[in-house]
Amino acid sequence: MGRIGKKFEELRAKKEKALIVYATAGDPSIAATRELALSLEKSGADILEIGVPFSDPTADGPVIQAASQRAIKAGTTLRGVLDLVADIRRASRIPIVLFGYFNPIFAYGAQKFSKAAKDAGVDGILVVDLPPEEAGELRVFTNAAGIDFISLVAPTTGDDRLKAILKAASGFLYCISITGVTGTAAPKTEDIAREISKIRKLTKLPVAVGFGITSAGQARAIARIADGVVIGSSVVKLIGENQNGGDGIRAAAAHVKEIKAALL
Amino acid sequence: MKMLPDQKGHFDAFGGRYAAETLMPALLELEEAYAMAQKDKSFEKEFDRYRRDYAGRPTPLYFACRMTQALGGARIYLKREDLNHTGSHKINNTLGQALLARRMGKKKVIAETGAGQHGVATATVAALFGMECKIFMGEEDIRRQAPNVFRMKILGAEVVPVQSGTATLKDAMNEAMRYWVGSVRDTFYIIGTTAGPHPYPMMVRNFQSVIGREVKKQTARAEGRNPDVLVACVGGGSNAMGLFYPFRNEKKVKMIGVEAAGRGMNTLEHSASINGGKIGVLHGNKTYLLQDENGQVRDAYSIAAGLDYPGVGPEHAYFAQSGRATYVTVTDEEAIGAFLYLSRQEGIIPALESSHAIAHAMKIAPKMKKRRILVICLSGRGDKDARTIMETL
Repeated sequence: MGRIGKKFEELRAKKEKALIVYATAGDPSIAATRELALSLEKSGADILEIGVPFSDPTADGPVIQAASQRAIKAGTTLRGVLDLVADIRRASRIPIVLFGYFNPIFAYGAQKFSKAAKDAGVDGILVVDLPPEEAGELRVFTNAAGIDFISLVAPTTGDDRLKAILKAASGFLYCISITGVTGTAAPKTEDIAREISKIRKLTKLPVAVGFGITSAGQARAIARIADGVVIGSSVVKLIGENQNGGDGIRAAAAHVKEIKAALL
Repeated sequence: MKMLPDQKGHFDAFGGRYAAETLMPALLELEEAYAMAQKDKSFEKEFDRYRRDYAGRPTPLYFACRMTQALGGARIYLKREDLNHTGSHKINNTLGQALLARRMGKKKVIAETGAGQHGVATATVAALFGMECKIFMGEEDIRRQAPNVFRMKILGAEVVPVQSGTATLKDAMNEAMRYWVGSVRDTFYIIGTTAGPHPYPMMVRNFQSVIGREVKKQTARAEGRNPDVLVACVGGGSNAMGLFYPFRNEKKVKMIGVEAAGRGMNTLEHSASINGGKIGVLHGNKTYLLQDENGQVRDAYSIAAGLDYPGVGPEHAYFAQSGRATYVTVTDEEAIGAFLYLSRQEGIIPALESSHAIAHAMKIAPKMKKRRILVICLSGRGDKDARTIMETL
């Protein structure tokens, strides 16, 4: 079992829920993201999701789009993100998931990437545009490297697909809470509860919920039914709003502390 | 050639379905609905009726007599897709997809557009079938193609300006996909070219193949045989694939796709994905892409808004790799020259997109023997480009 699985076990033993926090790497700089990551861990993040910026993030709403643009402008590359992870690893054992799109990985080389990611200390990978039908060309290498391949389940996913997705899933299952792109709508708890009870019957994997959660109240409601809560856009927004002089890292840390308190 | 795509939508190493999980069920549903429609004779019959009585098909294959004489080589024919209702080949595809949307009970349609031709063709069928219609269009293209924006609005569509990136076709497609992720339960996405996730490249190809099927019949009637060379412009590549596909097994028929070299292949300002790109994944399929060494997609450029796209349909990528078709490039300047040439030589104002095909034909026709037959796909009319040309000259 990898760091991700162990973290969920550890939390389960304490009857706690996982707080998974997303940040776009390189927004506004790699050095800032390193500082942010360590600060998020201190503020209560259990797992970090580090976004690899891509020019055409078609599953992301305006907040993460803007962050990706800032990061690319600042010169962020996949290699730079892997170096960032290695750097964070020197100071922390927090599980790290890379979140992104396939093209930067494909350009890097799927095999070379998987090995480099393992060496850097990446624990899981979530590629938004690699559904199970196309995932094989990367998963064969991440499996060999011992990196969890995190799978997505959407509100539109039917029962047959769900079974196929679960067959290949590892680490945890990422349940998309809204029919929409990241950070664009509030999730409906009843719908998610129904979805999760369906999933629970088919798998023992931990289930985390994300895509639309921005407030402590929403996080608390979701944590009652799921094993973990993902927050992303609300954190990235605070970083974006504080680009000129403000302290985005402190604001993000305070936000994460508030959400964490709601989960305890 | 083998029957492609395979079951998962791959054209050998290209194509596929690299889409967000939220969209996957909709893509599978679409694939199934399309397969059912293909088996249903009444679908084809109704489609035929609309193509004939509404779009005005078959479009003529016109022997360009003065052009042929002036260039002094091959016999040049123009496939007059510009004479379709709405002024381009795009209606061939939007009629098919709208009929499919109606079968699937979807009352809302969305589309991306570059030159506005696909946007107009989509707004047209939405009006025809009483569907609600949203068109995503880059702000830069809205400026360049103002007449088409007005046409879409007149037809009752909402034009959604897209500001991200270079505010052109790629960004419009990103935004349309994002909107679709949020509206997928009741909305049909009418993709305008042979790109996107499976089944779009296959479905759009099939809907556009009417172009090549007619050309085959028309050259048989006019010349008693197949053409020797087919030339068409390639952005995403739907008019080219529509012309090429029915000839794919006719080994003697040479196919040439013309990409936009913009300000030159030695600059970064072009849209030639096959000639100047590397394999990558964008908008749901694997294909040749303009990108940097880190896998970030580069902005494309062409004077022709409809060619201004950093990718290309996966089947063209496959045709290029397998050698079935060759892909060449034509600059802005050459395209403008061809635009004026055809206007004055034949009294036909071609779209700037189609002008790329004409420019290449002008290069090769004089070198061909006089009995050779060259067919150019004149994919659209050039009225929409009057402003761009006036600004340039």
